Amino acid sequence: MPDLLLELFSEEIPARMQAKAADDLRRLVTEKLVAEGLVYEGAKAFATPRRLALTVHGIPARQPDLKTERRGPKVGGPDTAVQGFLKATGLKSLDEAKIQRDAKGDFYIALIEKAGRDAIDVLAEILPVIIRTFPWPKSMRWGARSGKPGSLSWVRPLHAITATFGPETEEPDVVKFSVDGIETGQTTYGHRFMAPAAISVRRFEDYEAKLKAAKVILDPQARKDIIFADAKELTFAQGFELVEDQVLLDEVSGLVEWPVVMMGSFEEEYLAIPDEVIRATIRNNQKCFVVKDPKTGKLTNKFVLTANIEATDGGKVIVAGNERVIRPRLSDAKFFYETDLKTKLEDRLPKFEQIVFHEKLGTQAERIKRIERLAAEIAPLVGADVAKATRAAHLAKADLLTEVVGEFPEVQGLMGRYYALAQGEDASVAAACEEHYKPQGPADRVPTDPVSVAVALADKIDTLVGFWAIDEKPTGSKDPYALRRAALGAIRLITENALRLSLMKVAASALAGLSVRPADAQKLPSDLLAFFADRLKVQLREQGARHDLVDAVFALGGQDDLLMIVRRVEALGTFLETDDGKNLLAGIKRASNILGIEEKKDKRSFDGAPDAALYSLGEERALAKAIGEVKAEASAAVAKEDFAAAMSAMAKLRPPVDAFFDKVRVNDDDAKVRENRLKLLNEIRSATRAVADFSKIQD
Amino acid sequence: MDASLPAHMRPERSFQGFILALQRFWAEQGCVILQPYDMEMGAGTFHPATTLRALGPKPWNAAYVQPSRRPKDGRYGENPNRMQHYYQFQVIMKPSPPNLQELYLKSLAAIGIDSAVHDIRFVEDDWESPTLGAWGLGWECWCDGMEVSQFTYFQQVAGVECAPVAGELTYGLERLAMYVQGVDRVYDLNFNGRDGDAKVTYGDVFLQAEREYSKHNFEVADTAMLFEQFKMAEAACRKYLDAGWKDGKREAHLMSLPAYDQCIKASHVFNLLDARGVISVTERQSYIFRVRELAKACGEAWIHTEAGGAA
Repeated sequence: MPDLLLELFSEEIPARMQAKAADDLRRLVTEKLVAEGLVYEGAKAFATPRRLALTVHGIPARQPDLKTERRGPKVGGPDTAVQGFLKATGLKSLDEAKIQRDAKGDFYIALIEKAGRDAIDVLAEILPVIIRTFPWPKSMRWGARSGKPGSLSWVRPLHAITATFGPETEEPDVVKFSVDGIETGQTTYGHRFMAPAAISVRRFEDYEAKLKAAKVILDPQARKDIIFADAKELTFAQGFELVEDQVLLDEVSGLVEWPVVMMGSFEEEYLAIPDEVIRATIRNNQKCFVVKDPKTGKLTNKFVLTANIEATDGGKVIVAGNERVIRPRLSDAKFFYETDLKTKLEDRLPKFEQIVFHEKLGTQAERIKRIERLAAEIAPLVGADVAKATRAAHLAKADLLTEVVGEFPEVQGLMGRYYALAQGEDASVAAACEEHYKPQGPADRVPTDPVSVAVALADKIDTLVGFWAIDEKPTGSKDPYALRRAALGAIRLITENALRLSLMKVAASALAGLSVRPADAQKLPSDLLAFFADRLKVQLREQGARHDLVDAVFALGGQDDLLMIVRRVEALGTFLETDDGKNLLAGIKRASNILGIEEKKDKRSFDGAPDAALYSLGEERALAKAIGEVKAEASAAVAKEDFAAAMSAMAKLRPPVDAFFDKVRVNDDDAKVRENRLKLLNEIRSATRAVADFSKIQD
Repeated sequence: MDASLPAHMRPERSFQGFILALQRFWAEQGCVILQPYDMEMGAGTFHPATTLRALGPKPWNAAYVQPSRRPKDGRYGENPNRMQHYYQFQVIMKPSPPNLQELYLKSLAAIGIDSAVHDIRFVEDDWESPTLGAWGLGWECWCDGMEVSQFTYFQQVAGVECAPVAGELTYGLERLAMYVQGVDRVYDLNFNGRDGDAKVTYGDVFLQAEREYSKHNFEVADTAMLFEQFKMAEAACRKYLDAGWKDGKREAHLMSLPAYDQCIKASHVFNLLDARGVISVTERQSYIFRVRELAKACGEAWIHTEAGGAA
């Protein structure tokens, strides 16, 4: 079966957009093919800085024939409707239609047979539409045609389109179409500098090979492999080790069609700058890798660059040029770092009075004061020294005003730590300057030093409560202040450090410290708690745990101790894995269902203690007795926070519950007995509420 | 590179030779070679030959050197490559020709940058000028890891959609010349290509000015006067724009260029105030907004002029 080769040759596509664009191209073309009844065998897409390419193999040469039915007017319907039907379906007369009967009467039905078209014609129709509507994150117009409305938008000027279609054994055909004056053909171009001539291509196999001969490696993964392997070898050969950096590797591979890896060096004096700053300088500005000495684990004065050409002088000029650029950059970084060291962190703080954190939430200075107060309050709850936590909160944001952080925002926090240590702060205080931002995401490390934990929690809770107070909550995909991440961070800080604190109380205290007064201040802490519950569910789901159990625990009300909630959820999860758990859950659900139905019927609830005098069967008495015992035992266990023991107690309910449903008819003829039995069922529900609301658990 | 040039005129030997080589190259591509605009401005883009000429349907190809003033970048002549006054070489071609990238690469060859030994790259850089209400997509052009030019396809300027789109190239002249001459300090650039006593360096020409203007920009510039000048320029711009509408109807405009001069003025005065540190973060946004509103109104006026393509 035939294959499709498509290449869109353009000016340089931003590196960060290439992978998604290749994927979009594959997805859009193949989806459309399938929708057109052209089921293919395989597809693969590629990107380089100057081209997007797609190969789809095993496409049928023709679409299958299509039969469709179209419903027309009622038999005996008005003539205008009949004429319209004939026109729309292409039937000559009603004799060609068949009649079908349904509930509303007899209708004309036209059978339309559509012969399948050649796949190449279908491609000629769908490809230009996909190109014109391609989902680039940002696109532009260019050239003389941009003066007219409706001109093509592409990521950068598009120059050529190669589109061929045909079976392996034959000369393929060009899929003929044009987009904005660009006619399809089978001509592409090699490397911009090393092989710029036109290349005629037939199908994917010769296309990829000819490109390679013309110094273009089409597959981004192949380019990455080359860069990575060469960089490792080059550094290893000199007794060093490459500092691996996947994100940088992805980017660099999108900046070259023919990677040539080389090593340069810089003056040793710059090694006095913190490693992270050297790395940020070299990586962000120059897109080069840094190199470490395996003996010390520290950076060496080397860097690895990836050029796009095999220079005729072997690369001497390129290496020298890159060194010349890196030198003043590092010189600036060193100057910034040394300048920063001359000013104490606290001396920077007055400037925060001029910097607005958020229009409605005041200045950064006000925010820092709030975090200080909250950190001092949280400190005893997490085992941190109050004075240290206050000091850390006082200094933690100061590095935002340093030169180095101004230049490289990604080293915020870390520089705070360096500068705090340099001015003789306590090690925990210095650590908190860095760690109070953590954890930044699900993969980030959670700090354990109590001082860091106190400041990190204070920072996150102040943020959450603040934005809640001004009603800037995340909605749908919009979360501009990263509040979901803040909440998840707080959850991980609390649960992974096994901290006991009442979120409601902390939130209420944070709220009291704000200068804004939200209208529904009363509701805010519980609203926020519900948000935490949602985040907790998401987190548990991601860990593969049962998130519905979170609902079962939150439904008890008054639960704002995250650690206890998580412990309960864990114990409940374990219990529900057992036979006792599963059967008890079934029994409780059955009781709840019956109660639900009867409550509706009688329009009343069956609260209150059952009357022991009305028990007529042994199973009733046994259940009543068990409920009493289990209630006491489970409550005692919960009071001791021994949720496993509470669950074991629950398990004792299972035999009497099973026996009750086996032998006892709830809806007794005697109204009083019925009422009493319903009250007993209600007691099962209430007994189990010592640990969770089982009715919220999904089967 | 032109081998027939005398040594002192060669782009790798002299700053002025370097500029002349670029001018000659772009003249050969059909550009009109303009002289710098006679007003203080932060970048070559502010020149009406770019800002206003980029608008409207008429073809326009121009190249020129523009002294660029960035008061905040002054370093009293002590930094090897940061200055409050430097040169940009600006090329604007409307509509953007299909081979603009190739032309750019040839222009590098004309100033002595050989693509067989240098690693030249087009790295994503989306350009935006909040003060001009302008944006475009393109790249920063790298030579051996150094940014040497800005390459932009204008999509919108002064709030007006570009139709057709113009291609804009901006070369940082000092930086490129330093690279080609192989010097690490801008003041060491050979300006006239001569040796010995006859040699004039960039420092000979500009070092004194860098020291004086840094002091002026950061310490002494009269802020009360500047605040007043900003207001006056803004009001004058509005006044000329209002008065320029022919017969008071918003159909044809007769005074977009004098009005735009006042917009340039306001922008530079704002930059000076900013360097003096008398504009707070929030006020800053509001000043930028005010300049942008002037630029947009001037753009609107320009497309109603004859040169702007009206009628």
